[in-house]
Amino acid sequence: MIDLQALWLTVRLAAVTTLILLALAVPLACWLALTQARWRPLVEALTTLPLLLPPTVLGFYLLVLLGPRTGFGRAASRILGHPLAFSFSGLVVGSVIYSLPFAVQPLAAGFRSVDPAFIDQARLLGAGRFRILTGILLPLSRHSLVAAAALCFTHTVGEFGVVLMIGGDIPGATRTLSIAIYDQVQDFSYAAANRTSLFLLCISALALVLLYMRRARVEAPHA
Amino acid sequence: MPDIRIRHRQGNFSLETEFSLSNQWTVVFGPSGAGKSTLLRILAGLVKPESGRIEINGRTLLDTVHGVSVPVGSRSLGFVTQQPALFPHLTVRDNVSFGLGHVSRKLRSPRVTEVLHLFGAEALADQPASQLSGGERQRVALARALAPRPDLLLLDEPLTGLDDASAHDILSRLLSMNLRVVYISHDIAETWRIPAQVVVLNAGRVTAVGPLREVLAAHRERLLERLGP
Repeated sequence: MIDLQALWLTVRLAAVTTLILLALAVPLACWLALTQARWRPLVEALTTLPLLLPPTVLGFYLLVLLGPRTGFGRAASRILGHPLAFSFSGLVVGSVIYSLPFAVQPLAAGFRSVDPAFIDQARLLGAGRFRILTGILLPLSRHSLVAAAALCFTHTVGEFGVVLMIGGDIPGATRTLSIAIYDQVQDFSYAAANRTSLFLLCISALALVLLYMRRARVEAPHA
Repeated sequence: MPDIRIRHRQGNFSLETEFSLSNQWTVVFGPSGAGKSTLLRILAGLVKPESGRIEINGRTLLDTVHGVSVPVGSRSLGFVTQQPALFPHLTVRDNVSFGLGHVSRKLRSPRVTEVLHLFGAEALADQPASQLSGGERQRVALARALAPRPDLLLLDEPLTGLDDASAHDILSRLLSMNLRVVYISHDIAETWRIPAQVVVLNAGRVTAVGPLREVLAAHRERLLERLGP
């Protein structure tokens, strides 16, 4: 059987992370697509960094940041009533940072693919950034929004390194499916590990197939 | 002092122009690459020049010496190019009312109908913009630009690519309206019927300014000679 507690925790973590990421990434990607600010490359590099960093490196620094030695960690601990490290909230913070590029990159690419003439016209007609985002960019790049959501969700479902570093392996609190697989392998329960792995494999494959099917439908009229 | 004085450099190309908008219509005439479109984009505020001053109807839109630069959406300018750039996910009505955020909801619908009527496009109001023909798109683009009642309409070869009948009809409608227009063209036949001041632009420099039929008469003669006996 699949560890249902770990499954529920994984789904909750992926859903919360995806929602937070979309709320952060949509305005950030809009800014990246529209701005000509000199420090845009720096922001782009910072948002892409989690893609290249080893998860353990990111997990280690997040563990330090969320711990009692930093002001942020102490403040979060006072507000939440418990330390962020080794908690579900800590996992969410780590997942949001770790999956940030998976939300920002497709959205920024989608926004940049919108014909600049539309943006020029919207500006000439008095639209500010918020209206350009909601009235032009988002409706014309809905596929990017769906892609970003699907990538964030599936990437969070499959997270291991960051989750292990920040959350450890606490059943019901921080033990996700990928950690459960690790535990099952450590216990030589290969049949259980196989079932859980197959389940995750199917979820990821299904998400990608649905995503590409949707893209094919969107692109069909232009073929 | 001229209404428009611009100095701008873009790679190897430099634009240095000075002229006033002394007529209702000003035609900016010149060959491809003369800097006509860049000039219009600077007037619209879509390109920032190195230095310059732009005054329209007594209102300063740009004055680099005094640090004045009115944002694009506050310049009260309509801008239509060869590419209509209608928002494809909206209907014609929604396209035209896009720039009417400052107009009360009650007045918005009659305003949309009114400007569509000016271009004979009122029957298209509920159609998706993505399903219009080339001529229809350009009519709707012009209606959208005029809906907020801009102080000045900037037209960058808006009739290029349209059939003669559509182009003639649209230009006639524009000429019948009481509009202040800066009109870019490299087509002497198209501009000849416009009672306008012409600014001739060549390689980023103004080479002649004056009444269109006087300034372009020599160009026209040469063209007619080339066409045959």
